[in-house]
Amino acid sequence: MEKQENGSEAPAPEPELKLYGSWASSYTHRVQLALRLKGLEFEYAEEDLGNKSEALLRHNPVHKKVPVLLHRGRPLAESVIILQYLDDAFPDTRPLLPSDPFLRALSRFWCHFADDKLGPAVGAVFASTGKEQEEAVRQVHENLAMLEAELREGEFKGRRFFGGDRVGLLDVVLGCGSYWLAVFEEVTGVRLVDADAFPLFHAWLRDFEAQEEVKETIPSVDRLLEYARGLRQMLLALAAGAGDGGSTGVPVSSAVDAPVAAAPPAPAPAAAAVDI
Amino acid sequence: MAGKDDVKVLGVVVSPFAIRVRIALNMKGVSYEYMEEDLTNKSELLLSSNPIHKKVPVLIHGGKPICESLVIVQYVDEVFPGAAVLPSDPYDRAVARFWAAYVDDKMFPPMVAFLLAVTEEERAAKAEETLAAMAQLEKAFGECSGGKPFFGGDSIGYVDLALGSNLQWLETSYQMFGVALLDAVKTPLLTAWAKRFVEADAAKGVVPDTALAVEFCKKLRAR
Repeated sequence: MEKQENGSEAPAPEPELKLYGSWASSYTHRVQLALRLKGLEFEYAEEDLGNKSEALLRHNPVHKKVPVLLHRGRPLAESVIILQYLDDAFPDTRPLLPSDPFLRALSRFWCHFADDKLGPAVGAVFASTGKEQEEAVRQVHENLAMLEAELREGEFKGRRFFGGDRVGLLDVVLGCGSYWLAVFEEVTGVRLVDADAFPLFHAWLRDFEAQEEVKETIPSVDRLLEYARGLRQMLLALAAGAGDGGSTGVPVSSAVDAPVAAAPPAPAPAAAAVDI
Repeated sequence: MAGKDDVKVLGVVVSPFAIRVRIALNMKGVSYEYMEEDLTNKSELLLSSNPIHKKVPVLIHGGKPICESLVIVQYVDEVFPGAAVLPSDPYDRAVARFWAAYVDDKMFPPMVAFLLAVTEEERAAKAEETLAAMAQLEKAFGECSGGKPFFGGDSIGYVDLALGSNLQWLETSYQMFGVALLDAVKTPLLTAWAKRFVEADAAKGVVPDTALAVEFCKKLRAR
């Protein structure tokens, strides 16, 4: 270590950025992808979600979830919050959010949509069978139709990506999650994204997945398939055991932060049903 | 002349989501046209401005609609000059966003479930859940405020708006069911903060009388 001019030793280099994540978590992928798009180096620590590290629990005591990003030792949690932080804290890197306030608001709105509507609907398809699954599929199609309409007629009309010519925040948030669609289709035998019904969404997803940084981030289809098959078995067994074909919440949430974990039992209904 | 700068807010007087938007506009000194919605008979304007969710609040700025309360608040903060809602430091901003999301995801749902609960057991369970969230927020207040009057420091900020816009419902839980979800013994910092919040200039006239919230709740429970 070099001695600095004032006679003190330079401190041992700490990684400026350290990411705690899980290989199958789309929320983790969002942060990895964002860091790569910004050209930011980071250290990665894989968490076993069935046996969370002391460090993770210390850095995210409120939710105890991945991803957690440490920047100079200070923890940040919640993927969309982390992504916005990266824009704020690294202003000289490629921005994820657009500069126009209205487009920023729209990007944020659709990020909420991805996490509150589309994600849970996809998770519900994966966690259910029969009539319940049919209803969940209907929901997914309804949500995809809304996205398709936005791409066709809304502010994003004519763009290759939501971010414009290049991938931005909304692409990252929607994209890291959308790759589950094809995987779930394969595992459940249910058609979710019909290229004829959702041509713009389909084209966008294909272009997104072709990006170098995305290819570097998303696990191989084989690994995702294997993982999804195992998860589906477990969910179906639980549903059968529960008898009422209802909630499979607990073990899934503790095992993984994939979209499936958002498959909703209980808490939301009262609030969602009430417009206040 | 109706202009590109006109601001309209579609809301419901007791909705925390609408209340926070209106307080944010007040903080910026922005005048706006307020339209009260009847949620059992939603206006054409609401349905066409927010076709995805069909919910309040909607902010319509120069004819363009923006939806989702926290999205709107950030938009207002970015577009209009004046008092900052979010802090300027990147890390503080992330912390503020975290706790605002926590209010909406962890405090609001059990609070609503409590107010609408049919059985005593459900009410007790939801009270416990809400109180657990309030305990977290009490700790958060300590950390965020750094000894100052608000989560945002000297004046109202993002988390203040998120939580403060729910005060009439916390009060309703006490008036209707005798349960103090905002409890002076369990959460003394938040109890003191709540008094300051409702007294703030920007909040005056926006945070509704509890009586209105109680009436609204009774109607919902009857449905």
